[in-house]
Amino acid sequence: MNNNVKKIPIALAILAISLVLLPSLAFGRNLPPVKGAVLPEINLPVPENAAHRNYLGVESGTFFKVPQIKARVVIIEIFSMYCPYCQKEAPEINRLYNLIEGDPDLKDKIKLIGIGAGNSSFEVGVFEKKYNVPFPLIPDEDFSIHKCIGEVRTPYFLGVKINDDGKHQVFYSKLGGFKGAEPFLDLMLKLSGLKGEE
Amino acid sequence: MKKHGNLILTLGVISVFLWSATAFCLSDVFKNNIYNPGLLKPTDSVLKVKVGDIAPDFSLPSVSGGRISLSQYRGKKNVVLSFVPAAWTPVCSDQWPGYNIVKDIFDRNDAILLGITVDNIPTLFAWTNQMGTLWFPVLSDFWPHGAVADRFGVLRSDGVSERTLFLIDKKGIIQYIGVNDINKRPRLEILVKELERLGR
Repeated sequence: MNNNVKKIPIALAILAISLVLLPSLAFGRNLPPVKGAVLPEINLPVPENAAHRNYLGVESGTFFKVPQIKARVVIIEIFSMYCPYCQKEAPEINRLYNLIEGDPDLKDKIKLIGIGAGNSSFEVGVFEKKYNVPFPLIPDEDFSIHKCIGEVRTPYFLGVKINDDGKHQVFYSKLGGFKGAEPFLDLMLKLSGLKGEE
Repeated sequence: MKKHGNLILTLGVISVFLWSATAFCLSDVFKNNIYNPGLLKPTDSVLKVKVGDIAPDFSLPSVSGGRISLSQYRGKKNVVLSFVPAAWTPVCSDQWPGYNIVKDIFDRNDAILLGITVDNIPTLFAWTNQMGTLWFPVLSDFWPHGAVADRFGVLRSDGVSERTLFLIDKKGIIQYIGVNDINKRPRLEILVKELERLGR
């Protein structure tokens, strides 16, 4: 066989790898966190609202990390005020928050935050006011957090379990799939292992 | 192998562009239906109007039926014209859904929003249906192609319009022009600040 012909499969393999990896290498593109992994290093701005700081158990300052939140489980919604699905689901996400806060067994164990991908503080504030969102919404104006978590579409949900030793683990990472407050809470309890502890 | 090497390099570079713009159309509502034109020249036209000019009048067909003219709001409402480049493209698809939840801000400042693209009515119908029910008229500047955009000086050389906001007061005078980088969504706070200035 001609040497050049033999090299074709190798060339195709390199091409396939380049198609997958080149964008990641060129832009430092991350993949979304997978189940069992830890979150990438993301610094979240500390909420200006004292009630939100109190809810999360973080002290005033500049930035905090998800594992610093005083909870066993943190549910993160990546949203945008410009996203029609996020707008439509906002009342139901609020109900999820109310279900958790209304249950004495859960209220200190599960916390909820939203990260506004590409949204300024003003834009996040508009969304918060429009839908009376009771939990902290964190702006990500320059998409820096969004890039760290794999430039996911919205709404995207992450479930993170924080262990007693401060270590953490992603137990849920999925685009959409929010079928209502009760089934979602049930799923979070089951997947995080909190259900068996009740 | 040199040929293969070139092919690999070319496809690799193409793949970079295919992947790089996903951040700019985030909502899953559009799923995989957004065409990515890649990074475009930020602006590609020369304005034909300026702040203080009387805005050129126009009459365009609306997606919801009938025609809308700019002059019908004269003496009644401040008008925001939001030109976006094209349906089913990044950024645009994530712009009007945001305006759709701030009707109260427009109302408070006695303003109406008119969304305009160079697409035809059936295309705009299918595209805006994905955004939910829009409270503001969406107008088609399809034929004569981009004529209104051209009169304002925001028609690009490839036939789509710039991503532009015009604020026109009740006297028909242009009070603000924001020609945005076509690749980026204009910040809502800028529009709101200008609306509030106009609404005073």
